[in-house]
Amino acid sequence: MTMKRNLGYGYAVLGAIVLSGTAANAAEQITFVSQGGAYQQAQTVAILDPSAKKLGITINQDSIPDAWPAIKTQVGSGKPIWDVVDTPTGYCLRGGEQGLIEKLDFSKIPNAAAMPEAYRSPYSISYEFYSSVLAFSQKTFPKDAPNSWIDFWDVKKFPGRRALRNHPIATLEAALMADGVAPDKLYPLDVDRAFKKLEEIKPNITVWWTSGAQSAQLLNDGEVDMEMAWNGRVSAVAKEGAKVAFTYNQGILQSTSLCILKGAPNLETAVKFLNEAVDPVHQANLPLHIDYGPGNPKAFETSVIKPERAAQLPSEPSNAAKQALMSYAWWSSPAGEAAEKRWASFMQK
Amino acid sequence: MLALVSPALLVILALIVLPVGWLAWQSIYHDGFTLENYRRVFTEDIYWRSFALTFEISLAVTGIALLLGYPVAYLANSVPKGWSILILSLVVLPFWTSVLVRAYAWLALLQRTGVINQFLRYLDVISEPLALVHNTFGTVVATVHILLPFMVLPLYATMQKIPGDLMQAGASLGASPSLTFVRVFLPLSLPGVLAGCTMVFVLCLGFYITPELLGGGRTVMVSMLVSRNVELYNQFGAASAVAVVLLLSVLAIFFAVSRFISLDRILGQK
Repeated sequence: MTMKRNLGYGYAVLGAIVLSGTAANAAEQITFVSQGGAYQQAQTVAILDPSAKKLGITINQDSIPDAWPAIKTQVGSGKPIWDVVDTPTGYCLRGGEQGLIEKLDFSKIPNAAAMPEAYRSPYSISYEFYSSVLAFSQKTFPKDAPNSWIDFWDVKKFPGRRALRNHPIATLEAALMADGVAPDKLYPLDVDRAFKKLEEIKPNITVWWTSGAQSAQLLNDGEVDMEMAWNGRVSAVAKEGAKVAFTYNQGILQSTSLCILKGAPNLETAVKFLNEAVDPVHQANLPLHIDYGPGNPKAFETSVIKPERAAQLPSEPSNAAKQALMSYAWWSSPAGEAAEKRWASFMQK
Repeated sequence: MLALVSPALLVILALIVLPVGWLAWQSIYHDGFTLENYRRVFTEDIYWRSFALTFEISLAVTGIALLLGYPVAYLANSVPKGWSILILSLVVLPFWTSVLVRAYAWLALLQRTGVINQFLRYLDVISEPLALVHNTFGTVVATVHILLPFMVLPLYATMQKIPGDLMQAGASLGASPSLTFVRVFLPLSLPGVLAGCTMVFVLCLGFYITPELLGGGRTVMVSMLVSRNVELYNQFGAASAVAVVLLLSVLAIFFAVSRFISLDRILGQK
């Protein structure tokens, strides 16, 4: 899930960039870690720079495509150097259970306390939303395009080559919706039923993609006619001129969250930053720079996001209503971890 | 003497012995001594399948690379110096291109809308695009391309040292060119064959990016198993155990080969 915006390997080390630091406020600083690339650039402009300015702190940045192993080794060593990470929500929850992530005191984070309960956990706050959607080639389907996972599974009515992500998260949800489960009745996932449904489509899957870049390439080159992909990847390909589109219908709404490493060197400042980062106005700035939705729904009530832009975003309320909200709590439960492990043997058979 | 080599020993200790030792330690120690990780590697289906697939692919790649590489090395050895430099530089040229770029280049050639399929359709040879990539076939093709220089160069080095007089001697005794080749040249080039095959086979065992990009998600080689254990399942111990088994297999291969030829021949010139 962390390779979502991984455009390659080159940018993996963006290095520590010191932003808006002056000698006077050098005392208050945090190290913030995100996933690099266009995404980190967008949040720097929309959220990090304005927050640093408003709080009068220095935000040092680092980036890594997959923070989890680093979180584990840093906290394990007893001297973490990062404070706040922006990472798939599941890692914050799993880290919380394993004592790697700080428990949050929401009384000190009023902006997050005002967010819907489903958007936060004792260890994390949703920071931005993206969606696993059904994308298709408009060349193959000039009209009557597939519009649900039921259509995706229907190889007779919608002949064509297909791709799915080589990962159980969101894929099992899609399989269950294809089998007729309502988006709001997915959890706890019926894992047996999901794998059974996946067996059905497996012979028709040309590629099981492993990185966001790969999914974009498959769609762009016409290698597949329809696939599960992240909404931002599809719209990027469409912007470049490829005849591709996607539907939010039965999409799986996912988030990355902010969480704080256990024993973070600048804990207090980090908590202050967390509150500022989910401020509705900063949050509303993010989609002006990249195709991801704000983690705080109050952002749609500011006048920053124009209605036509809001309509394109995964977390815009009416788009969100068409989708299933991913339960990271289920995925980090023992049943979820068992399902993840079962995936490997499913792929090899 | 010891004073002279001690910096080198320190570097080896810091960069090789310590990390590998730490890796091995992780595979047997997690809240106490455990062999659980190895039990899993040796009893669970998915590990076996990956190891079997990796060895199959490595064997296929080595065989194909030998079939393609031998004639190239032979040609480079038998033409005048200028030509052999040209041939060898064509062999070495792809070396300077990153593995990632070459993998994507193969994707552009082999995929459904790729150059080869388009061309075949233009010629009306096929009506439906062939599945050339996102499977084991595509993985093998690209891996052979990437590893071919490791076959050609040791072969060429060995052939260079075969004295031309021997061939003339064979011919003067009445042997046909093909007989001199089979009876004289081929046996003398065998150390090069062994060296090249060992290099290609061992490098192929650890291939990662190429099967990841061209395997379509189904070609799960051992190195991918290592990364998935860390990224997906967060099991450093299991990943270390797989890595240790892979490392031991490679060492075993080197040991076996070293009984036939000197390791210097494989790893450098002598």
